Amino acid sequence: MPLLTRWFIKAAMVYLVAALLCGVAMQGPLADRLPVVRALWPTYLHLLVVGWLTQLIFGVAFWLFPKHPSAPPRGSDRLGWICFALLNLGLLLRAVAEPLQGLGRPSAPLLVASAVAQLLAGWAFVINTWPRVRER
Amino acid sequence: MPRLSVWLVRSALCYLAIGVLAGAVLLINRGVFLGPWVGRLQPIHVEFLLMGWTVQLALGVAFWILPRFRTGRERGREVFAWVAYGLLNLGVLAAAIGQAIGLPPAVPLLGHSAEALAAASFALHAWPRVKVFGSDH
Repeated sequence: MPLLTRWFIKAAMVYLVAALLCGVAMQGPLADRLPVVRALWPTYLHLLVVGWLTQLIFGVAFWLFPKHPSAPPRGSDRLGWICFALLNLGLLLRAVAEPLQGLGRPSAPLLVASAVAQLLAGWAFVINTWPRVRER
Repeated sequence: MPRLSVWLVRSALCYLAIGVLAGAVLLINRGVFLGPWVGRLQPIHVEFLLMGWTVQLALGVAFWILPRFRTGRERGREVFAWVAYGLLNLGVLAAAIGQAIGLPPAVPLLGHSAEALAAASFALHAWPRVKVFGSDH
């Protein structure tokens, strides 16, 4: 299993735990005392669907999709790492920005940065993976 | 990778590229108001990423790696999988765009129905392939 895949999968597992803890917080007594906790729904959803599910897919696809006939066999390692870094940066920024917004604090720059980072991560994955999706 | 998997996975990648763009615009709009039209991107974001990307990718990989048959057609009744591909994409587009541009409710309803039929058609294809490797049963 390539190093990048290991990072993707381990990060995905961390997000799964974080998302489920977020879900527990939204249901527990904390939600009654801190209204901001109830505003965590979009964060919870994206930690689960992007942080866990999509990141797991990215990692496994990088590992198992058909290799290029010519080098480098898994596409650009550099683009793969950029994708990993941007995806996680975007998710972490969102996890900070959304509660801040719930508290009425300024969060616009963080939300914009998070959006751009996640967009570029998605596109980096598409660009890196597309040539590997081919008939044998 | 078989031809249908190539189509399914490449279509999934297209939905991913557009779905994350819609999501980015929605998120930016929460920080910097771009206009009331941005809310219309929500069904595109959700349908494209959940059904167009995640589900379609899973179908593409399943068609590729599920156990094959030793006798007859190696992937069994492929026609059901091709029908699933067509219905799924029609369904995603009808449901997402129908809601986004405010078409009559029958359009997204038909879209979601097509998605359900796609799932049933793929299940008809894949059911016999969920078996022990090396056997035909």
